[in-house]
Amino acid sequence: MSEAILSCREVTKRYGALTVSDAVCLDLRPGEIHALIGPNGAGKSTLVGQISGAIRPDAGRVLLDGQDVTDLPVAARARRGLARTFQVSQLAGGDTVRDNALLGAVGAAGAAFGLRPRRDLAARAAAALDRIGLAPLADTRAAALSHGERRRLEIAIALTLAPRAFVMDEPMAGLGPEGTAELTRLLDGLRHEAPILLIEHDMDAVFALADRISVLVAGRVVATGTVATIRADPAVRAAYLGEAP
Amino acid sequence: MITERVLTLGALAALGLVALAAHVADEPFTVTLATRAAIFALAAVGLNLALGLGGLVSLGHAVFFGLGGYAMGILAWHAQMYQPMRIGPLEIAGTQSMPAIWLVAVAVSGLAALLIGLLALRTAGVYFIMITLAFGQMFYFFAVSWPAYGGEDGLSIYVRNGFPGLNTLDPIQFFGLCFALLAAATGLVAGLRRAPFGLALNAARQAPERVRAAGIEPQRLRLAAFVVSGAITGLAGALFADLNRFVSPAMFSWQLSGEIMVFVILGGAGRLSGPVLGAAAFVAMEHWLGGIWEYWHILLGLLLLGVVLFARGGIAGLVTGRSHV
Repeated sequence: MSEAILSCREVTKRYGALTVSDAVCLDLRPGEIHALIGPNGAGKSTLVGQISGAIRPDAGRVLLDGQDVTDLPVAARARRGLARTFQVSQLAGGDTVRDNALLGAVGAAGAAFGLRPRRDLAARAAAALDRIGLAPLADTRAAALSHGERRRLEIAIALTLAPRAFVMDEPMAGLGPEGTAELTRLLDGLRHEAPILLIEHDMDAVFALADRISVLVAGRVVATGTVATIRADPAVRAAYLGEAP
Repeated sequence: MITERVLTLGALAALGLVALAAHVADEPFTVTLATRAAIFALAAVGLNLALGLGGLVSLGHAVFFGLGGYAMGILAWHAQMYQPMRIGPLEIAGTQSMPAIWLVAVAVSGLAALLIGLLALRTAGVYFIMITLAFGQMFYFFAVSWPAYGGEDGLSIYVRNGFPGLNTLDPIQFFGLCFALLAAATGLVAGLRRAPFGLALNAARQAPERVRAAGIEPQRLRLAAFVVSGAITGLAGALFADLNRFVSPAMFSWQLSGEIMVFVILGGAGRLSGPVLGAAAFVAMEHWLGGIWEYWHILLGLLLLGVVLFARGGIAGLVTGRSHV
């Protein structure tokens, strides 16, 4: 699709004889939540690495806003609006929640070498925390946050980046039912700000949120479609849901 | 709870008061001790920026300290011998003016930090420690074996360099200069910490992946921090040479790199007040314990062990609790 904000074209990565990404094609369109599911070891994390820039594909291209970003490092892609959250929270634990959020605003503004405090950036960070409901914890150190609060802080940082596309690597991981429900509501509202590529194991959340689902099995996208199509797809049921076709 | 700001200002004020009281009591030796503490603290302010904030464990900061020292030694030596320095067609007369010497010291050590940083920052962890140590040893042995400026014996400067409007030979006036530079450097680092640069550098130490995902290259931040760090330590080196009116390869030695690191860790790594507290404690122990017992380093070692095991925040941490950086 030409209007896709983020796309993978035949992205391929091999580790020795093992093909971890096998000519993966994937589109993230404006306004959608596109879920990427697949069993453990399907190559989801490797694919996220290639999309975010941490891993270089052996072949294929990654496009952001129609521009080839395959050769750009992580930071350059982030500056172009690729906002990712991590499977295992990556936060400056000794810093306050406010400072963590501020980091995203600083990065997005290209102000990392700024020598004066910036009120506008602080306001941007505060607005993101407010939206995510972390404003009351702004002065808390990130290390003191609960697991669920950390997940939300990751999303708040992504919000400060003026995102064109979100890539969220298992944002629900380790959350209880309540936390999952809360985060589901939150993500639901974010899709119109920027589309979300959602890598997730929690099937209830995926079925509740996704506009489209792609199924990754052994490095290959075996199916892409709406929730209903994927649920009905016999190949998917066999490979992923563990049912006989 | 004492805040970081109060502690830093308090530590600086205490150092100033000790020097002033000693001056009033006519004890120039104590003024000189306070000057030594101020200069060591300035060197540690430099390292603290790289180590405490940037997480760059440099065991080669004596390179910058020594370069600052030799910048002073070489310029002043040419001036006192009335023998201009010849670099190709260029003739440089040398100088005994402190401001000019400081500029050269800052520029030379900053440039050295840039070059060393470009190479060393390709590594991390133990390899970074080793490569900075290796640079330190290179400079040390070069200084030992280069005969033009005294080689192993070093260079003596007969008269302390001058500063417009001051009599630098008066201990309290020279202390005032060193103290002003220490306060200025501490203020500079305090400003950097509050600025986006400090925020990003601090985050890059703790979560480099996060910093990259926020669109910032951690390596560039680290290199910038390393250059500023080296320049500050270089300035301290120039002052140290002026304090002793002598410069020798010992200023490049890895023991000195280690001592600067001890100041930082003893005082509190990453803490604004850490360098002053650490350097003052070191100089005080060196003087009083050293006067009583030849083997006082054993006690310093025990103290350092205690700090690392039980009080990561150093002296600053003991006073203010484990507040964040």
